[in-house]
Amino acid sequence: MAQHEVNYASTGGLPVALTTVDKLLNWGRANSLWPMTYGLACCAIEMMATGASRFDFDRMGVIFRASPRQSDVLILAGTLSKKHAEFARRLYDQMPDPKWVISMGSCANTGGMFNTYATVQGVDRIVPVDIYLPGCAPRPETLQYAVMMLQKKINRQSGNMNKNTKQRFV
Amino acid sequence: MQQPNKLKPFFENLNFERDDNTMVINFGPQHPSAHGQLRLILELEGEKVVKAHPDIGYLHRGVEKMAENMIYNEFLPTTDRLDYIASTSNNYAFALSVERLIGLEVPRRAQVIRTMLLELNRIMSHLFFLATHALDVGAMSIFLYAFREREFAMDLVEDYCGARLTHSAVRIGGVPLDLPAGWLEQLSTYIDKLPDQIKLYEDLLTENRIWKMRLEDVGVVTPEDALSWGCTGILLRGSGIQYDVRKEEPYELYAELDFDIPVSDRNDSYGRYRLYMEEMKESIKILRQLIPMYRKSEPQIMAHNPRYISAPKEEIMTQNYALMQHFVLVTQGMRPPKGTVYAPTESPKGELGFFIRSEGEPYAYRLKVRAPSFFHTGILQHILPGTYLADVVAIIGNTNIVFGEVDR
Amino acid sequence: MRKYTPKDNVQGKAKYTDRFWVAPRVPRESFDTDSHFSAVHKAMSEAVDVLDAYVELGQLVIHIRPEDNIAALEVLKNRCDYAMCSELSAIDYLAQDGEFEIFYQMLNLKKAKRTRILTRIKENQAIESIVPLYAMANFAEREMYDMFGITVNNHPYLKRIIMPDDWVGHPLRKTYPLQGDEHAAWYEVDKIFGKEHRDVIGPENRDPGRIDRYDSQRFSRVGYEVPFGAQEAESETEQPIEYSKQILVDYTTGSEVLDTRK
Repeated sequence: MAQHEVNYASTGGLPVALTTVDKLLNWGRANSLWPMTYGLACCAIEMMATGASRFDFDRMGVIFRASPRQSDVLILAGTLSKKHAEFARRLYDQMPDPKWVISMGSCANTGGMFNTYATVQGVDRIVPVDIYLPGCAPRPETLQYAVMMLQKKINRQSGNMNKNTKQRFV
Repeated sequence: MQQPNKLKPFFENLNFERDDNTMVINFGPQHPSAHGQLRLILELEGEKVVKAHPDIGYLHRGVEKMAENMIYNEFLPTTDRLDYIASTSNNYAFALSVERLIGLEVPRRAQVIRTMLLELNRIMSHLFFLATHALDVGAMSIFLYAFREREFAMDLVEDYCGARLTHSAVRIGGVPLDLPAGWLEQLSTYIDKLPDQIKLYEDLLTENRIWKMRLEDVGVVTPEDALSWGCTGILLRGSGIQYDVRKEEPYELYAELDFDIPVSDRNDSYGRYRLYMEEMKESIKILRQLIPMYRKSEPQIMAHNPRYISAPKEEIMTQNYALMQHFVLVTQGMRPPKGTVYAPTESPKGELGFFIRSEGEPYAYRLKVRAPSFFHTGILQHILPGTYLADVVAIIGNTNIVFGEVDR
Repeated sequence: MRKYTPKDNVQGKAKYTDRFWVAPRVPRESFDTDSHFSAVHKAMSEAVDVLDAYVELGQLVIHIRPEDNIAALEVLKNRCDYAMCSELSAIDYLAQDGEFEIFYQMLNLKKAKRTRILTRIKENQAIESIVPLYAMANFAEREMYDMFGITVNNHPYLKRIIMPDDWVGHPLRKTYPLQGDEHAAWYEVDKIFGKEHRDVIGPENRDPGRIDRYDSQRFSRVGYEVPFGAQEAESETEQPIEYSKQILVDYTTGSEVLDTRK
């Protein structure tokens, strides 16, 4: 046995960190949430403002992607009309697992002030929602807080994708 | 459970595989530069568009139907959500129509505050246009710069009415609040700084080689087309027709203010971009003139008309008759006389007007929003054929359409 | 017996009207005082049958017969310089008169004057398209068709524009309720999941004041949160809300977190 052999477990220079796979996966997922640029109505303007200079969404690892294939989070920002509902569901289906949904604003949560024939009364009728975000329109800080809450939620759940993606809806 | 064969969107009836060598492309409704929910079905021959078919209605919320089921004051916050880039201009257009219908004189100070808010909204809307249009064309840094200035304008509006986006800052008969202390100083600081920023944007863009290549001779709207397709606002003035409702049919204080209407006869996107920059400078000029006007005005901010308008809060809390009248106006609503009104205003997008048919009831019998963006979307099917696919995004961005008011 | 409520106009109505109340009318003035308006009226009455004409709130209003709409707009466009048609749509008077009222809001840009052409058609009567004169009618007439079901003859592409193609009913008719009919209520469920999933998803909540204390999937009561999908009714135990020390600083207990930030 060579003299220079180092016992990594006992000496200070430990080059490995021990963790569970769950924590590692969740750490990676929670800190690189890529939402899709899916502006529906007024709230989309606040979503853009969140990504722009003053509020700076990038510092939370949130980068808007233009394609559902590259994104993890669907931010339904604004009124979802009945004509649009099938497209929203189709985009949700196109996103790879694991995926999360933030319902932004009163219209997306419950239909809000548009209690009319043309509005879907809450997007949870068509997609499963993780975070409901109140306000009309919610301020950019609120959206950032929602993403922080979503990160907490991701850190809590198991890293096993099959367990997370069991059919929770319908 | 999702059944794959159940999901049949509308393009099932589109024939994507064609024999005549054209390709059909579905653009939107989820597209980062569709400005909301525009859907275009494009037929391409190589890279040239031969046919464009705009499909709208993806943000239809039944606003006109809501107006028939709401008393007039109740409907006012709904108008915020039409053109949500510049909410006050919608609030104002609705309030103006009702005021014309009932023949109401608005006090001077309310007029000054309204005009200030309208011009501030115009600046916000134009900055937003610049940001998104530049982002569509590919200039990311302009997006960040323009949003920074827009945030300062939104701070001002927030200080006044408490909301960033959906202001409801205008009431029928006046404005709900007087300006808070120190607001005018902040406004003058802002409009002192803004010209430097506009100069920065112009330095970055106006002579920029890429910017000019992307915008010059793209999206040509001839004056005949602009008139026939009902284009208003900058789309009309970019075609060399000098028509601005603020100047020709003045409302509020625009008759007293000194400002110019920039007009361009280039007919293309580049000329219209220049107009947006010039209009922002004119708005700054107007705001400068309004500050001394405010200082000279009397402190009354709501019109006095017991039949239609509630008394000030202080009177409601202290005087019995004012409370009773307020109660009736809130629970039953005002009853404007029978008649029809169409009051045009110049919103940042173009001519915005509310057509109201009143039958003497507290509910409007019919309310039609004449939204400029609706007609600007209509002209897309006329100007897009013949352009390249890459220019489609630039043209959509340049028409500055907002889907809240296209679909209503 | 249940009280009969008429279904021909289901829009909002005044809850109380004084029985002596007579609604006043916006004054209608004569067009003779304005030289431009009287010129327009003269040109119009030469070409078409003018039923009524007056000035209301600064705009000339002319009533014509529905067959004359093209002729009337041609006069306005070619002889009176009305280069733009600002807006066109309809008003539903089916309940009172069995008619639609169609308005054309015209604009003369040179003189900054506005004129409104009004015409009335029966329910199943069609109107001629004005697309050859004003191309803006392409979208506006489609919207009128979509919202009221008024057929427009010779329109280049008369299809629904705002509502989906397979929508049932015309939403801006007075008979159409604000919150939609049964078809509208299930539209997105039928489209996405199929009709058999109506039972699974359940009806829409159209009452903004409704609170369902056992609904743990939407907004649960504070302090009674349960895991997603769990049945709250079975074991309603109070669970304290989790707070994170990393984000929220407890100012009451001490300032050690604040100190580290300095």
